[in-house]
Amino acid sequence: MSEREKTDRTRRRFLTTSLAALGGAAATPALSGEKPDPAITEVQPWRRHLGPGVDASPYGLPSPFEAQVRRRNVPWLTADTRSSINFTPLHQIDGIITPNGLCFERHHSGVAEIDPSRHRLMINGLVEQPLVFTLEDIRRFPRENRIYFMECTANTGMEWHGPQMNGVQFTHGMIHNVMYTGVPLRLILQEAGIKASAKWLLAEGGDAAAMTRSIPLEKALDDCMVAFAQNGEALRPENGYPLRLLVPGWEGNMWIKWLRRLELGDKPWMQREETSKYTDLMPDGTARQFTWVMDAKSVITSPSPQAPITHGKGPLVITGLAWSGHGIISKVDVTLDGGRNWTEARIDGPRLPKSLHRFYLEIDWDGRPMLLQSRAMDETGYVQPTMKALKAIRGENSVYHNNGIQTWHVRENGEVENVEVS
Amino acid sequence: MSRFLNILAAVLVFLPLPVLAGKLGLGRPALPEEIAAWDKDVRPDGQGLPAGQGSVAQGEEIYLERCAACHGDFGEGVDRWPVLAGGQDTLTDERPIKTIGSYWPYLSTAFDYIQRSMPYGDAATLGADETYAILAYLLYMNDIVDDEGFTLSRENFTSITLPNQPSFRNDDRPRIEYPLFRDRCMTTCKDHVEITARAANVDVTPK
Repeated sequence: MSEREKTDRTRRRFLTTSLAALGGAAATPALSGEKPDPAITEVQPWRRHLGPGVDASPYGLPSPFEAQVRRRNVPWLTADTRSSINFTPLHQIDGIITPNGLCFERHHSGVAEIDPSRHRLMINGLVEQPLVFTLEDIRRFPRENRIYFMECTANTGMEWHGPQMNGVQFTHGMIHNVMYTGVPLRLILQEAGIKASAKWLLAEGGDAAAMTRSIPLEKALDDCMVAFAQNGEALRPENGYPLRLLVPGWEGNMWIKWLRRLELGDKPWMQREETSKYTDLMPDGTARQFTWVMDAKSVITSPSPQAPITHGKGPLVITGLAWSGHGIISKVDVTLDGGRNWTEARIDGPRLPKSLHRFYLEIDWDGRPMLLQSRAMDETGYVQPTMKALKAIRGENSVYHNNGIQTWHVRENGEVENVEVS
Repeated sequence: MSRFLNILAAVLVFLPLPVLAGKLGLGRPALPEEIAAWDKDVRPDGQGLPAGQGSVAQGEEIYLERCAACHGDFGEGVDRWPVLAGGQDTLTDERPIKTIGSYWPYLSTAFDYIQRSMPYGDAATLGADETYAILAYLLYMNDIVDDEGFTLSRENFTSITLPNQPSFRNDDRPRIEYPLFRDRCMTTCKDHVEITARAANVDVTPK
């Protein structure tokens, strides 16, 4: 133990004792050891009375004390909630799996409420035999289980002009990570017989937007899947029930929900979502198109503006998420001083390609302000850049693909704010 | 016998997951009428365009009835709904306006999208002639055609090019960005750090 750590610990013990001596309201009774804790000495209602029976909640719900854990939208962002987005509460969940009910939503014409008995998947275009599948047909193909992150291309897009949203839910919550069950897309396509001239795939949704995207056939035959389940249960309607396309590591808009049609062709279709949207306007007025891969990115989820430090100085768990569309995250580093010095964080839990990784850095907080950042490096050696470095290339008018390093300013009182640093 | 079963079991354990040598024979052939009902996508080269035509004047009438409530009488956009006209020479401004005239690379995209998703809340109700007419009016509003008597049809569709098409290029991040982002500095990476902006000053976070 260093001299400073020793001093800090002594000071902390002294402060705790002093507060107890003063009978300070802030001191927890259990910690003071002088006044018995009523949570222990008094019989709580749930200790005495019977609780609800087994069928009180046939589809289980979280504790009512967790009612604040919820997806939220930003009302001023869009004209109508049916063509809008909401955000995963990243500050309130841990591990790497997103609970189904907390997966962010992005709809272009509301949630399609599809009767699965009337849902069909068609394959047409440059195939030997155009086919139609029912959901029962899809379930007769060999299945795979895969965990993948799904990140909206516009995640962190509101931060391009500088820090704007005070909350990791709003700055980084257009992402979720679930285990999908489904069928490799290549097996379904092979069933129709792919013609040699086919180079592109068009995927189309069955909602009122009939969302479409062009996908190069090479990717379609590589790791794309047609999924019918997430985290063991049927897809949620807001995530594409009964079928959605998975395009691992690539921008979320391509993961067509309510999937009803796959067309093979020899050229891309240049649909609205790959021309007027999801293209990257550069400072000289030109634009990048087909920017499919989501580059390596990370963010500290706690502490963060919606998850301030409430316990004072001492042991503090800093935690966050890291991911890369190029594969596995090899390192995550955390800085407490705005990027002057970095410490390697500990990645815990499954380390899977194109999946969220959970990292932790446990520190003994001395109560001084911090400028927290995290920085991911993926298996290709790509290191997450600063927002400043991205802006130097892409200018201020970009919307999508902001994977820059996020800074949280932690104050002495434990409050956290979203800031930009030099 | 039991030994035979043991050997068989051992063999089975080491069998790989099902290898599908051929097709499974799942699904059924799609009928031409079914394909026609769903395959309405249109490409820049004109593939997928239906027969039909519509004039600027017809388009204005349909537009005012079916589109203007959200997009405005002149394509200026109501509230936060998309602006459809103007914005030329704004792509390097602080607030670029991306319209068919200023940003979209292909006219076919607009035809496809209108038929696919519009009008918002009443999708897939516009016929081919109506769609050609609305597009003719949008081209007129964006000064891409200046003849009020212009009629857009399948026959002249691909002769129209949108002005911003040459501005698009394929993803060049691997060449431009990836080589720059490889430095994992760990100590004394900067001399000095200060806060240069705060979200609190913008104050737009939902409470």
